Amino acid sequence: MNTFEAVRIVAAREVRVKLRDKAFLFSTAFFLLFAIGATVVPAMFADGASTVAVSGTAPAALDAAGLDVRSVADDEAARTLVRDGEVEGALLADGTVIALTDAPNDLVNALSTRPAVELLDPSAVDDTLAILVPMVFAMIFFFVSLTFGLQIAQSVTEEKQTRVVEILVASVPVRVLLAGKVLAGAALALGQIALIAVVALAGMRFSESGGALLTLLGPAIGWFLPFFLVGFVMLAALWAAVGALANRQEDLNGASMPLQILVLLPFFGVVMFNGDPVVMRVLSYVPFSAPAAMPVRLFQGDAAAWEPVLALVVLAVSAVAVLSVGARLYEGSLLRSNGRTSLATAWRDREARRLADLEAESA
Amino acid sequence: MTKVLRLDAVSRRFGDRQVLDGVSFDVTAGRMTGFVGANGAGKTTSMRIIMGVLAPDAGEVTWDGSRLTRQVRRRIGYMPEERGLYPKMTVRDQLVYLGRLHGLGAEAVRRNAEDLIEWLRLGERAGDPLEKLSLGNQQRAQIAAALIHDPDILVLDEPFSGLDPLAVDTVVEVLRDRTKRGVPVLFSSHQLDVVERLCDDLVIIAGGRIRAAGPRGRLRSEHALPRYTLTVDGDAGWLRDQPGVRLLDLDGAHAVFELDPSADDQQVLQAALSRGPVRAFGPVTPSLAEIFREVAQ
Repeated sequence: MNTFEAVRIVAAREVRVKLRDKAFLFSTAFFLLFAIGATVVPAMFADGASTVAVSGTAPAALDAAGLDVRSVADDEAARTLVRDGEVEGALLADGTVIALTDAPNDLVNALSTRPAVELLDPSAVDDTLAILVPMVFAMIFFFVSLTFGLQIAQSVTEEKQTRVVEILVASVPVRVLLAGKVLAGAALALGQIALIAVVALAGMRFSESGGALLTLLGPAIGWFLPFFLVGFVMLAALWAAVGALANRQEDLNGASMPLQILVLLPFFGVVMFNGDPVVMRVLSYVPFSAPAAMPVRLFQGDAAAWEPVLALVVLAVSAVAVLSVGARLYEGSLLRSNGRTSLATAWRDREARRLADLEAESA
Repeated sequence: MTKVLRLDAVSRRFGDRQVLDGVSFDVTAGRMTGFVGANGAGKTTSMRIIMGVLAPDAGEVTWDGSRLTRQVRRRIGYMPEERGLYPKMTVRDQLVYLGRLHGLGAEAVRRNAEDLIEWLRLGERAGDPLEKLSLGNQQRAQIAAALIHDPDILVLDEPFSGLDPLAVDTVVEVLRDRTKRGVPVLFSSHQLDVVERLCDDLVIIAGGRIRAAGPRGRLRSEHALPRYTLTVDGDAGWLRDQPGVRLLDLDGAHAVFELDPSADDQQVLQAALSRGPVRAFGPVTPSLAEIFREVAQ
């Protein structure tokens, strides 16, 4: 059995356990429903083509506006249809528009002459979207990395608390366990996000106004996936480390608090400062906030084409550094069984290194 | 030649506490080696060093002459002191997982898991999460976990602690079966009666040092004091005047006495016979507890 095979076996167990975990399935279902709700449902409830009754000759503008035109014999027949709710509105012979309770906007619009409009900044985003999209990116990064990160930590603490870790460590190196957990966590988290992204994209395609939105959001979502993946892996080893610092599940909340804050701060940063280009530029390069901030800037059209590439490189380099710190802390605390291990103790503990040296010497 | 798992001058300290100090002993293939010592004497640390969970500061552990590597350790069945498996995983799933991690193929691991489940009578509960099982069944599952990969060596830290008598018998049966197949078994225990009943070889550790090690019978005779018991029909008080005899305990017809090395036990017997019928006579073999008390001080 080589290292790769061992990592695969460890990762496969993590995935299997998660796929049977009700909380995980529930949260995935919730996110999916949310994505469907946000994209498909409004489209379903949106007014389709309105039906209008016309008693005289129907102007070509009505057809052009996509209205469903029904010709009726006279004004009286038109009124009846409106009262019965058969049509949303009617155009009488004298040019009057009638409706039941609200003015039928699409009919009125079709009949009106509109002044020519020239947008000076045509890519500018709709106000609602401008607020909503950064929120969604920040929230997804925050919630998914927090949930899956905590799950990695819990799984480590479980192994430590039950001492099953001693059996594991006797047969595979500590780093194999770590790699398996990080891999499984990343795969599950990315899988969940990809699933949500696919559903959201499909939903936008389905909805009427979604086409335009898709063009705007497409690149942002496309970049979000690699940013998320690298950002998650960077934190994953730290999650595993805090799981190993705790001796029992009850200690985990305290041990993981600094890390929870580390994912919470970028979330607030992006939500609060997404209107401030300077702050957002900074956030989009800081490794811990880049996965949320860079896609938002791309969506806002503020980032040059090379910027996401550079930010991703910065993130990847930081990820390597953070991973090695996380791995050292994990190794230094996993087998210490008396109470919660302090960061300094975990950092100084060189047991794993000595064992690896001995192994290399003996093999 | 018989294979031997050997600890050779293994030392280890934690901070300024010397936990193991030049520990050496053998665990021979096909034999059951009992590892006895008070709490904190160094049993668990020794086992963790064997398993590669801790590194020795000095000394080495060898199997069949060469230093243990992970390759070899994968072939050891290990039961840690504080037990645990995954509480939410089913018995079958964790057996399969641990078997795979120990390098067994998917097919072999499934076969072994089913065999063990049947053998340990876990059949009905094999599909349940471990935490739903009774304590006794959880312990059986733990034993199965140590055996899942058909280990070449068994290292069991306190395998009998917390077991009900029935489960003890099951474990004993399992261990005997393995030694018959030539597997060396090292098990620690502080239940001296169980060790007495089970072990072929004995290792006694105290304060991080090996105080005695070797076949049980040899240790017994080595640590036997020149002490005898005698039971006669009448009163045994005359022993007081017998040359070379120091009476330790007298209860009418029953006496325990120590014999001077120069004196002959057969002369004492003859003297007894000349006074009437002798119901019992013989050297007193020390119990494990007595040997332990003697060497562990």
